[in-house]
Amino acid sequence: MDEPSAAEQRSLVASPVRVVSARASLRTRLSNLVARRELLLSLITSDIRIKYKGSALGLFWSMLSPALTLATYYLVFSVFLKNGIPLFVVYLFAGLIVWNMFQTAVSSATGVIVDRAGLVKKVSFPREILALSNVGASVIYFVIQIVVLAIFLAIIGHAPAWSFLWLLPISFLALYLLTASIAVVMSAITVYLRDVRHLMDVVLQLWFWVSPVVYSYENSIAPALRVRGLTALYFINPMTPIILTFQRIFYVNTTVRSTTTGLPLHILPAWSMATFATVNVALLAFAIVLFLVALVIFGRLEGNFESEL
Amino acid sequence: MTTVIEVQDISKRFTIHHERNQTLKERILHPRSGSSEIFDALNDINFSVAQGETLGIVGHNGSGKSTLLKCICGVLKPTTGQIRLRGNLAALLELGAGFQHELSGRDNVYLYGSMLGFTRKMVDAIFDDVVAFSELEHFIDTPVKFYSSGMYVRLAFAVAVNVNPDILVVDEVLAVGDERFQAKCIDRIRRFQREGRTILLVTHQADTVRAICDRAIVLDHGNMVADGPVTDALRIFRERLLGDMIDHRPGGSGVVSIDGLSAPSGSFEVRHGSNLRFDATLSCDHAVSGNLVIEVFTRTGLLVSRNDAEAAPVTLRPGVNKVGVELANVPLLDGVYDINVGLVEPQGATMLAWREKAASLQVLYDGRSSGVVGIESSVTQW
Repeated sequence: MDEPSAAEQRSLVASPVRVVSARASLRTRLSNLVARRELLLSLITSDIRIKYKGSALGLFWSMLSPALTLATYYLVFSVFLKNGIPLFVVYLFAGLIVWNMFQTAVSSATGVIVDRAGLVKKVSFPREILALSNVGASVIYFVIQIVVLAIFLAIIGHAPAWSFLWLLPISFLALYLLTASIAVVMSAITVYLRDVRHLMDVVLQLWFWVSPVVYSYENSIAPALRVRGLTALYFINPMTPIILTFQRIFYVNTTVRSTTTGLPLHILPAWSMATFATVNVALLAFAIVLFLVALVIFGRLEGNFESEL
Repeated sequence: MTTVIEVQDISKRFTIHHERNQTLKERILHPRSGSSEIFDALNDINFSVAQGETLGIVGHNGSGKSTLLKCICGVLKPTTGQIRLRGNLAALLELGAGFQHELSGRDNVYLYGSMLGFTRKMVDAIFDDVVAFSELEHFIDTPVKFYSSGMYVRLAFAVAVNVNPDILVVDEVLAVGDERFQAKCIDRIRRFQREGRTILLVTHQADTVRAICDRAIVLDHGNMVADGPVTDALRIFRERLLGDMIDHRPGGSGVVSIDGLSAPSGSFEVRHGSNLRFDATLSCDHAVSGNLVIEVFTRTGLLVSRNDAEAAPVTLRPGVNKVGVELANVPLLDGVYDINVGLVEPQGATMLAWREKAASLQVLYDGRSSGVVGIESSVTQW
């Protein structure tokens, strides 16, 4: 057998000391997350691989199923209910990619720690990585869908609002952190209250219908609130500004002529670019704080996982 | 030597729910009805391990040894205290815990490697060694759900030992695979020792500790009761185990004790190949029957022989009893050996009494063979 050389027997005097103790500071939690990014990547790829393992169409499903949802909503709202919004597919698509990313991540992350109890009880790694890997997988689907959207826009010859495009990364980052925060906290709460999983399905459905995805912002209760000076109430739902930003970027028009009645339709709030920018930056700041709070909450809840799993 | 593991005042407290209020409805309707109990799995454990040491952690079931190991690996967070670690650590708490059944062996090697904290590049470098060690060349691209349990475990073990961790933590997993694979695992652990890596081994098999470890700590109901050389630690472990069994015996008023061994000739000296007679003195306060266990160990802690206790039944009267023992044709070679004597229940083999190192046996041998036992050998030239 190959005997080790003297050089192989490295001295550990210089190695950094890792500390295991009851409570890790937020800084340690963050640096642990960064240190284990390889694990995050392999969990994301294995998640995606397993999801489409053995299916003939594979990753193509991540485009096909949103496309079918899109077609359904289009049929119902544009063809049957005749909402009169021109290019309604683009409007729907812009909102749905945001919603899909949020919904798939949160609903898959909610049960992830319970489902992978065997791993949690036997292997040491920052547990929030499990929830974050589900968020990561939905980021991949998000990217695929946004590429499809871009191709679709090119084919129909509809240009996005180029001047607003720089808001996309800010808005996306806010979406990512928001999704990650909720995913991380929900994954921990489900360990203690298994019902949360089923509750979350209902909550997500409700959440979808209060977000302006299939109907326009101006057709919601928002104008009524605005008259009473309560517009802020509508923005308690942090998904709203993100969805509006995406719609503003890809659908572009705030006011269009109805295809059924020929009258002007107000679709998106007629905000200036500065307003959109302020809203997005404020939301990003909020999402960063929320993410840190989520990590702290997770750290508190994680201590008792072993007696609940 | 550098200290690589420092366990400082570690305590771990579990809350055990007797009635689990898992659903929201139950929690709201009966917020405090489920009774729960506090269980201290570890109390103020302190020890440190130097680089290159092989430390055995022994204790009976429920002594907290696995909890301690999980705290060291970071799977559990201690309630109080802290553990300081230097260097990377690979833990074999349950082989293949991180495997994804749908993925191929190849994908799982990478996934498991990243769970142990190694980068893709590091796994790339050792991938061929892992496959060779696991002997799964033909199945590496097969999903692991089609693996037999032996193949599964071999792959996991192969990853953990080939990533060359600075600290290897092993929890009762050496009993896997066939005998040849076990020998290979032990061989790899010995190589780790030569390479100056640190090993933590949890087991309740005294023989494994004796064979591999330099030092052992003994846990008993969450307390550390011994920390020292293997033979001393194992003696304390046995005594504790025994004390425990006597405590838990139904109607445990009767205590059997082994008072000592005495040889009629006055000394435990025997010539190679001849017989040794001695008496064991046992006292008890009520009539009891059991089987006598006699173990012979080398001074280095190797078990040479344990008799067939079934064939050595004894019936004790209240008071002091003498039992005659004869070891026939002692095949041992020159040296000093330790004799342990115990009494076990006829059924279930519960230990009634145990005496570690009840006597030292001196064996005289004139021949020139060396080793522990003399095997008569002759060579014929055809």
